[in-house]
Amino acid sequence: MIELTQSTIDTSKILKEVASSDAGATVLFLGTTRRTTDHLVTELLTYTAYEPMAREQMARLEDQARRRWPLQNCVLVHRLGEVAIGEASVAVAVSSGHRRAAFEAASWLIDILKETVPVWKREHWNTGQAAWVHPGVERSSGDVTP
Amino acid sequence: MKIRVKLFAAAQETIGRDEITVELEEPANIAQLRLRLSQEYPKLAPLVSKSMFAIDNQYAQEDSPLSENAEVACIPPVSGG
Repeated sequence: MIELTQSTIDTSKILKEVASSDAGATVLFLGTTRRTTDHLVTELLTYTAYEPMAREQMARLEDQARRRWPLQNCVLVHRLGEVAIGEASVAVAVSSGHRRAAFEAASWLIDILKETVPVWKREHWNTGQAAWVHPGVERSSGDVTP
Repeated sequence: MKIRVKLFAAAQETIGRDEITVELEEPANIAQLRLRLSQEYPKLAPLVSKSMFAIDNQYAQEDSPLSENAEVACIPPVSGG
């Protein structure tokens, strides 16, 4: 199951979704918003996506994971809009007959999701300024807005 | 041909629009689009040089051909999660 949502990530709903009577292992990974990045203190994050492509890309990753590991179920959720510090911004949940496949698939899925799904975060700092996060691109002063 | 390019995040903020149109001579590919965007929008150049491009919701290669009715997007380095 693939979802982009403006609402709080509901982990009990996700766990219900991945549950399977053939699963001996369920792994749930939550990525949560962190207050500090280097010397900057973040107060709020906003996420935006190229939504149709993000959904398609997440579905492709689910397909690839299902081909690579014997998964019962797989759920990928990414939150969009404003996300307060300490809340989950992304969830990956998989169930499988045995734990090794579940751990490996969840680990691979979150890594590849972060590398390839067209979602971007904007950090709002305690200085009152904000900027988009683009790993590997040097921030110019014009990218930081009040 | 006219290629409309969707912009996101810092690219959208830099230009102040979520889509721009560039004129390219046929046949054209992603590499030519990347060059044209950097020339016409110098403020975008640093980001464009690090961006991927997508055609119809799939990542494209430098030599992927463009057509006028394709949905083209500039995908700056992503930061989800």
